[in-house]
Amino acid sequence: MSRPGEVVNIVLGGLGGQGIVTASDILAGAAFNAGHDVKKSEIHGMSQRGGSVSSDVRFGPQVHSPMVPHGEADFLLISEGSQVAPNRHRLHPAGRLITPEAVPQLLQEDDPERAARAARMVNVALLGVLSVHLSLPEAAWNEAMREHLPERLLEMNSRTFRQARGIEAIFGGLTGDRTHPAKQ
Amino acid sequence: MPQQFLTGNEAVAQAALDGAVSLGTGYPGTPSTEILERFGALGGRAQWAPNEKVALEVGLGVAFGKARALVTMKHVGLNVAADPLFSATYTGVDEGLVIAVADDPGMHSSQNEQDTRRYAEAAGAAMLEPGDAQEAYDYTLQGLAISARFQLPVILRLTTRVCHAKSPVQTRSERAQAPAPRYERDIPGRVMIPGNARPAHVRLRERLDSLARSELPEALLTDTGEDARLGIIADGVAAAHAREAAPQARLLKPGLTHPLPIEAMRAFAQQVERCVVIEEGDPYLYTAARAAGIEVAGKPERFRFGELNAERVRRILDGDESPEAEPEAAGKPPQLCADCSHRQVFQVLSRLGCIVSGDIGCYTLGVMPPFEAMDTCVCMGASVGVGLGLRHALPAEEARRVVSVIGDSTFVHTGINGLVDMAYNPPETGHVVLILDNDTTAMTGLQEHPGTGRRLDHHPAPSKLNYEAIALALGITDVHTVDPVDAQGDLERLVRDALADDRLTVIVARRPCSLASRRLAAFQAQQEPSAS
Repeated sequence: MSRPGEVVNIVLGGLGGQGIVTASDILAGAAFNAGHDVKKSEIHGMSQRGGSVSSDVRFGPQVHSPMVPHGEADFLLISEGSQVAPNRHRLHPAGRLITPEAVPQLLQEDDPERAARAARMVNVALLGVLSVHLSLPEAAWNEAMREHLPERLLEMNSRTFRQARGIEAIFGGLTGDRTHPAKQ
Repeated sequence: MPQQFLTGNEAVAQAALDGAVSLGTGYPGTPSTEILERFGALGGRAQWAPNEKVALEVGLGVAFGKARALVTMKHVGLNVAADPLFSATYTGVDEGLVIAVADDPGMHSSQNEQDTRRYAEAAGAAMLEPGDAQEAYDYTLQGLAISARFQLPVILRLTTRVCHAKSPVQTRSERAQAPAPRYERDIPGRVMIPGNARPAHVRLRERLDSLARSELPEALLTDTGEDARLGIIADGVAAAHAREAAPQARLLKPGLTHPLPIEAMRAFAQQVERCVVIEEGDPYLYTAARAAGIEVAGKPERFRFGELNAERVRRILDGDESPEAEPEAAGKPPQLCADCSHRQVFQVLSRLGCIVSGDIGCYTLGVMPPFEAMDTCVCMGASVGVGLGLRHALPAEEARRVVSVIGDSTFVHTGINGLVDMAYNPPETGHVVLILDNDTTAMTGLQEHPGTGRRLDHHPAPSKLNYEAIALALGITDVHTVDPVDAQGDLERLVRDALADDRLTVIVARRPCSLASRRLAAFQAQQEPSAS
């Protein structure tokens, strides 16, 4: 859990077309709705064409730079396994890496159609896991999802978010070394 | 008005609306593109120009007519618009003309990292540099006011981390009153023949002087921090990085960076024990300070390259020369989409062993494996001219391998000029120009242009540019149209025959971008209920 008075640093990484920018919009929106100063920064443009995409979100009482300094991310959310290595240097040595492995129950589907649908929900699942460690009210998350997701996808995404949040709340604490000690 | 959570680009658009801008125009270019799209979505009158030069000329005409204009482009676009810029500062303007120019330090999506601040100084334009979305909003409004009051075009210099960074913005509750447009004849002020331009140049310097002597440089300056052992002078987003790297230090951030508040900088430097200039790109502030005899330190040369961040600023301040953190693995580079029709084109060019004079757009990715079918890429529209030059210079058997490849939007932007030269000065071996018409400006995010037949808001435009007809009008008779996916064999035969021949050939490879087609279909489906 983040400590009052400190800036929380989160980096999201994945591949173009996976919804990284939307996920960071939801996260930054939730922090904004909760009354924090927020800065969010990412690279658009060429990386849209399936290349690596990453987005920085920082919130707290006052945020200066819009970029998370290397090695200072409290949380690194990665939606695709191959993107861990290019982004790991962003993470604080004691920071928490969150990948789809945190919520395998939600994303393993045998039926191809359901698997494809689950894959599109990865980012929201990662946000659900992250939400357990941030002191943002659930209403702020819900409002941000309403603002940034199309209406027809909202219900499904909200459910995934709640399920991931529930799984992390129960199982996430079992390995006690995974959160930032400075901000426990 | 409640606080909004906006990107810098969205904030500029909101300010243009609140500041009664009557026309916004520009050419798409990362990271500037969303400004005009947002201005249009908010209800402003926004239109894509064929290129930045035309956009600035249109904006200047609007300002001559005593209305307000916003012109947008990326940094390299200002090269194209430099011609009108350098005389627009002489003519001056009657109403607000703000030119939003977005630099891309680190070249996330650009071919160079040129520093627009040099242009403001060279052309004599006023320049404002916001460091976040709130300042992007405030300075756009300030820019409109400064431009009208001092009759100067104002460059709003943005960078990627201002354009695409989101932060809270307090907007105005009331919109400004739009001025009443009217024409007032002013031949000595507007007709730049030498006899008029000589006094106009003197007038420009006087206008810059009066801006420098006004209350504005001081009003747009922030001076924060208590600890006078270290003083930092920083502009734009670099000031935010500096504040984070040195939370207690004195920090002077000029908002107006041309003309510079040089006396305030001098006084500041005298009040601190050690004064360091922190800026991205070229040593613009540093050089100006040193030229004025102000004792400041700059940054080591390696920080001229790439973006700054808090960590790099800390290194500059500490003189830390240890290696910077590197990723364990490189990120995945962008690629042509799986169903992109450029793939078929580059397969053909690769098979035929062409020397490909390329251009700027998604198809530049034809340089990536497995195609590796691009030999040059310089600037917008350069494919045609560079291809012609190669044809003129190379021995005949090599010259016959040269093909110029250009996208539809880029062809409209500045490729047409090259085609005019091709018809006028044909190489002995002829030449082959391949226009890849995917019916959109794809790379910057699927913007419309004069060749799509649709306006910025995707509604039908009154005209649609016909590339084949342009080639024919220039006297090029060998003009072909082919679908590179449905008829890849035909494309290959056409290119092979054209290379073997010494005539001038234009081949339009026409296949709409599937991303753009899907978005257009969705847009049209959305329109139907309201249309019926």
